[in-house]
Amino acid sequence: MRLMGPLSTITRRGAVFGLAAAGLFDRAARAADTETIAFDGLYKSFGVLGFEFSDRVTALRGKEVRITGYMAPPLKPESHFFVLTREPLAICPFCQSDADWPVDIVVVFMKNETAMVSAGRKVIVAGRLEVGSATDAETGFISQIRVTHATFALA
Amino acid sequence: MRASCLLAATLTTSLMGGSAIAQTIYPIDRAEILEGSRFDFKVEFPNAPASADVNVTVNGKPAAEVLGRPTNFIQSEEGQKHSALWLRGASLPAGRYVVEATQGGNKAVVNWDVFATAQPRRAKNVILFIGDGMTVANRTAARILSKGWKEGKYDGELAMDDMSNMALISTSGTDSIVTDSANAAHAYTTGHKSCVNALGVYCAKNALTLDHPKVETIAELVKRKTGMAVGVVTNSEIEDATPASMVAHTRRRSDFNDIVEMFYAVKPDVIMGGGSPNFLSKTTPGSKRTDDQDFIAKFKEAGYTLATSKAEMNAAVSGGSKKLLGLYNTGNIDGAFDLRLAKKGTISKFPDQPDVVEQTKAAIEMLKGNPEGFLLMVESARIDKYSHSLDWERSVFDTIMLDNAVKVAKDFAGDRNDTLIIVVPDHSHPMSIIGTYDDSRPGQLLRDKLGVYSESLPPNYGPLDAEGYPTDVNTSRRLAVVYGSYPDTCDTGRPAMDGERVPAVKGPDGKTNIANEKDCSGPGAARKTGNLPFDANSGVHAADDVILTAMGPGAERFRGHKPNTFVFRVMTEALALGGQ
Repeated sequence: MRLMGPLSTITRRGAVFGLAAAGLFDRAARAADTETIAFDGLYKSFGVLGFEFSDRVTALRGKEVRITGYMAPPLKPESHFFVLTREPLAICPFCQSDADWPVDIVVVFMKNETAMVSAGRKVIVAGRLEVGSATDAETGFISQIRVTHATFALA
Repeated sequence: MRASCLLAATLTTSLMGGSAIAQTIYPIDRAEILEGSRFDFKVEFPNAPASADVNVTVNGKPAAEVLGRPTNFIQSEEGQKHSALWLRGASLPAGRYVVEATQGGNKAVVNWDVFATAQPRRAKNVILFIGDGMTVANRTAARILSKGWKEGKYDGELAMDDMSNMALISTSGTDSIVTDSANAAHAYTTGHKSCVNALGVYCAKNALTLDHPKVETIAELVKRKTGMAVGVVTNSEIEDATPASMVAHTRRRSDFNDIVEMFYAVKPDVIMGGGSPNFLSKTTPGSKRTDDQDFIAKFKEAGYTLATSKAEMNAAVSGGSKKLLGLYNTGNIDGAFDLRLAKKGTISKFPDQPDVVEQTKAAIEMLKGNPEGFLLMVESARIDKYSHSLDWERSVFDTIMLDNAVKVAKDFAGDRNDTLIIVVPDHSHPMSIIGTYDDSRPGQLLRDKLGVYSESLPPNYGPLDAEGYPTDVNTSRRLAVVYGSYPDTCDTGRPAMDGERVPAVKGPDGKTNIANEKDCSGPGAARKTGNLPFDANSGVHAADDVILTAMGPGAERFRGHKPNTFVFRVMTEALALGGQ
């Protein structure tokens, strides 16, 4: 049984915000000290009993990074964060709670509350890498790895 | 769908005498309740009346007198526009009960049949196999693929077909014609009908998912009243609807973290499936919990051996473990098609996952030593999940896998005559075999390749392996299996060798689902305009009845057409679980 979850409607305003974010992103991306990380390199080990972050990810804590992934269907049309996934979440079996996300997600906290681009689009995110369990005060969403003060652009 | 619900509601209201909103009594009318089993008694009164304005009787006497304990009245429950009368954890001796709830001039009446179970107990063991979403076409296709077909007859029978008794089972819930796996499994494990997304509860007006009126599950009954061992085995996440129905009480099946706690409370002796992240403390990377509880540690402290791979599972069995927590994947365990042929899914991340057959063998090996017998539920979960994806080859491979697991149980039962084996789907999918696709037929389109009636020549799948799976299904003549419900999609008429089919993807508006273009470009791919609501991204369940087969003591009760709640009744009768 799969139930359809609430999904956002993308507005023209969303597209404009996306472009604005792209402008911000260009500046961030040009910064020489931004390191690129990838979903494939996030973990040293990946198992039933949890993950271990790779040495590189651990070393980049607090540093500026960029990462490419897919924007998951947002919980709300406009939000200060979204979930970045390795693969497009074409089928989101339940989409009713954070229990339904894949386990290897990166949570992206934006500089400003932002209208999202179409769910499932490939995006490049730039921002500050944070690692370790944290709970978003507003939504209760728990994440293990985050990019904060972030901007994004379509990939 | 919405219109027909309204129509049904209107009819019910007019039959009940015209009151716009009536009192609601849980358990509902025509409930069949096992004698001595626990249930929460709740009556909801509209318009938030005071206690003095209402009256509730059972067989003409005050409810508290018959139920043996005081009831609790809450005016304007949770600040809502109704009042509630509660008695949690009630139970009754066998008999017929008429419950009346009066509010001013309005009276609501329900009837309960509280049934006894005859002594002596007839079955030592019960094994309940659930083929999630297993439709008749799944069985037929599994037989064609794994047994072979010649001149209109099969070269062998499925283990699940070769059983002494059969019944047609209806699966609807209280709220809708077409139900889901939570409510459907709940009917098997509690004997009560409930609503979509509910497990072990009736769907009342409570705001919180865990507060709804509960009914006892068969695993809880067995643990409370007998010394039997209990096993729950699946290849989905262990918190998913069907396995959860053995232990859970929640209005919302996606309460995975609560469901893990409920597994821990009931403590089935053998627990196997995927879905490990909800067992890990939130501080562990990869956890999906929202608290610090470490259920891996808790189960270990409670005497469970932990297995995270097939090798560890087999080591636990040969080491004599009687309690096992087996978690083999963070999500669902890969299905037989990927484990054996395609090697896609999460095979590279989790290279040593057991399949349902190996899990069943291990579970029976661990449970069979219990002198008081055992209750084992085994689910082949992805028959359903792959049919949602319109990926019939994967769905049918997992049907063959279920059948091989049934064979393991039948070999165990042998001529012991003490083990009731039931094989039943929880609901169906609109799936049918309409012919064969033959690449040698002239024309370019998929429908050119389709042979129907006299031209539906048998498929030329590759030879069977030792476990009865074809070694090649991407051949030139293949079964034409169609689904009756779909979003906008493209049908390739071929198995998806590069991973589970994704029939549709989110469209530019973020809401409507559109065909997954990946499947639209290959030779002969047929574009289909969806027939489902626009927000559907996959196939849906059907209300069509399902086929139950059974053998062993008690199985003779299965005949004709029965509601799904009857499965609970037969299991509890065979185990003589009634009595105060």
